Amino acid sequence: MSVLVFADSNNGAIAKSAVEAIHYGSKIGETTVITYGNVDDSALASLGNYGASKVLINKSINEFDGQKLSKLIRAAAESAEVIVFAMDFSGKSLASRVAAGLNAGLVSGALGLPDTSNGFVVRKAVFSGKAFANCKINSDKKVIALMPNSIQVETNDASASVEEFNADLGSSAVTVKEFKAKGGGGVLLTEADVIVSAGRGLKGPENWGMIEELATEMGAATACSRPVADIGWRPHHEHVGQTGIAVRPNLYIAVGISGAIQHLAGVNGSKVMVVINTDAEAPFFKAADYGVVGDAFDVVPKFIEKLKAFKAQQ
Amino acid sequence: MKILVCISKAPDTTAKISFTDSDTKFSETGVQFIINPYDEWYALVRGLELKEANGGTVTTISVGAADYDPIIRKALAIGADDAVRIDTQPTDAFQVASEIANYAKDKGYDMVLCGKETINYNGSQVGGMIAELMNLPYVSLAVKLEVNGGTATIERDMQGGTEVVEISGAFVLSASKGMAEQRIPNMRGIMQARTKPLTVVPASGSLAMTEIVSYELPPAKSACKMVDAENMDELISLLHNEAKVI
Ligand SMILES: Cc1cc2nc3c(=O)[nH]c(=O)nc-3n(C[C@H](O)[C@H](O)[C@H](O)COP(=O)(O)OP(=O)(O)OC[C@H]3O[C@@H](n4cnc5c(N)ncnc54)[C@H](O)[C@@H]3O)c2cc1C
Repeated sequence: MSVLVFADSNNGAIAKSAVEAIHYGSKIGETTVITYGNVDDSALASLGNYGASKVLINKSINEFDGQKLSKLIRAAAESAEVIVFAMDFSGKSLASRVAAGLNAGLVSGALGLPDTSNGFVVRKAVFSGKAFANCKINSDKKVIALMPNSIQVETNDASASVEEFNADLGSSAVTVKEFKAKGGGGVLLTEADVIVSAGRGLKGPENWGMIEELATEMGAATACSRPVADIGWRPHHEHVGQTGIAVRPNLYIAVGISGAIQHLAGVNGSKVMVVINTDAEAPFFKAADYGVVGDAFDVVPKFIEKLKAFKAQQ
Repeated sequence: MKILVCISKAPDTTAKISFTDSDTKFSETGVQFIINPYDEWYALVRGLELKEANGGTVTTISVGAADYDPIIRKALAIGADDAVRIDTQPTDAFQVASEIANYAKDKGYDMVLCGKETINYNGSQVGGMIAELMNLPYVSLAVKLEVNGGTATIERDMQGGTEVVEISGAFVLSASKGMAEQRIPNMRGIMQARTKPLTVVPASGSLAMTEIVSYELPPAKSACKMVDAENMDELISLLHNEAKVI
């Protein structure tokens, strides 16, 4: 099967979720990557390390323009049977549009490789992570948007050929005015391997210092429960859960969060969960792998101290 | 200003998820249904705010059978002027989007607003598909929408920040948190909703491209290992040696 993978670039680097999508594509078939903007040829050739055979780049598009990008991807997808996106911000914007344009079925939020023993069936999370569905694509072309952090990326020494790719992109009715980068730098929530998250148990925004310190020590992103974002203790973009961002880190540390069903729905894809809560009956302990019953103001500083000692030894 | 808001039905966020017919169907027994929160809290309410500020109409559109009517009445109670239900039992997002696009194509809507995803299928598909099928620009995961004359200014979530875009002419948008605040319908709205028009139209016969062949529930989680609050060395050792995440 021939596969086309769309890879978004951030400031000239291919996104981590896109690298996962490339590797995923290469497990399905011969993989061509389509990207845009200003990325070094050597960086593009090195996508061969993850399984790409060929990389197409369009240099006329320099910002995220959904209308032009979907035309570009469709043009590049002419001979592809399977088109893969990462289910990240750009994939959520483009996969549906490209699928409709190609008259193709789309499975978004795929968690594994297609099973082709009886048709083309892809597993995905549904009901906000409370269940899984095996979803069969019946169209000739098939579009998949892969959930970030759901496959292990292996590397090799191969390098990909790089070609410029141009197509009739028409005009666009959308003008990009500005990009407002999120303050604080730090690790992006949707790309983080470790997330330190806190809830109403922290009592007030002035107490987030220890959460940020722990996150810095762990190279983690910070997150919060919905009420914490609603009352303005933390920014909206940190709100995780069923009505916020869904995350799937390797390690999720929840401090002073009760573990309501709507919160769990956004974090239950985490590989390992640690819960710190004063209330031994908090529902979060039922979903957690490791639990500490105790006061966050006592436990978190001790954890940070021991973690520093552990890191010093490594 | 003519605004079309797509409304989907979803199980209540606390609903117990289970399946019947050899795990091929979602079990609706005892499940309460709500308007998909992204459609209600963000898309519908922002549509109403724009109408209140600029004049115009807010129409809701749903693709579903008669079991949709209670949630459609709720959308009318919150403030929509009228509602359309396309009468079919859709099986995927492509079918929903095709039906909505076929209906809306020649009706001159200035904007089509959707929620960013449904909480049951988590697809983020319908908005982008409608945009493609109607040949309109699409802005996904929008957190802010202002309209000034014929120009809309929209802020959307992107990796690492938000992007501000401007569109003149009609567009499709999917709404995310930040767009508006939830509105609780009042008694007057609920009374009025009973007599507002809910038009049922036949489906155009669009086909689905995908089908769910089976569902699975996640395996039961093994018991949580408790660590003493005085023994953070143990927690670190478990995370390092057993879970291998640090
Ligand atoms: C339709 C709908 C959608 C929703 N979507 C979301 C969502 O997306 N995300 C989300 O998070 N919520 C969501 N909610 C809200 C959810 O139901 C809960 O109300 C919310 O998650 C509770 O947040 P919390 O755990 O921070 O606060 P609380 O429930 O108040 O819990 C605070 C916890 O902190 C503990 N605590 C107190 N003091 C300390 C201390 N000193 N040290 C340690 N622990 C302490 C307490 O024991 C308690 O368990 C939604 C609700 C609805 C109805």
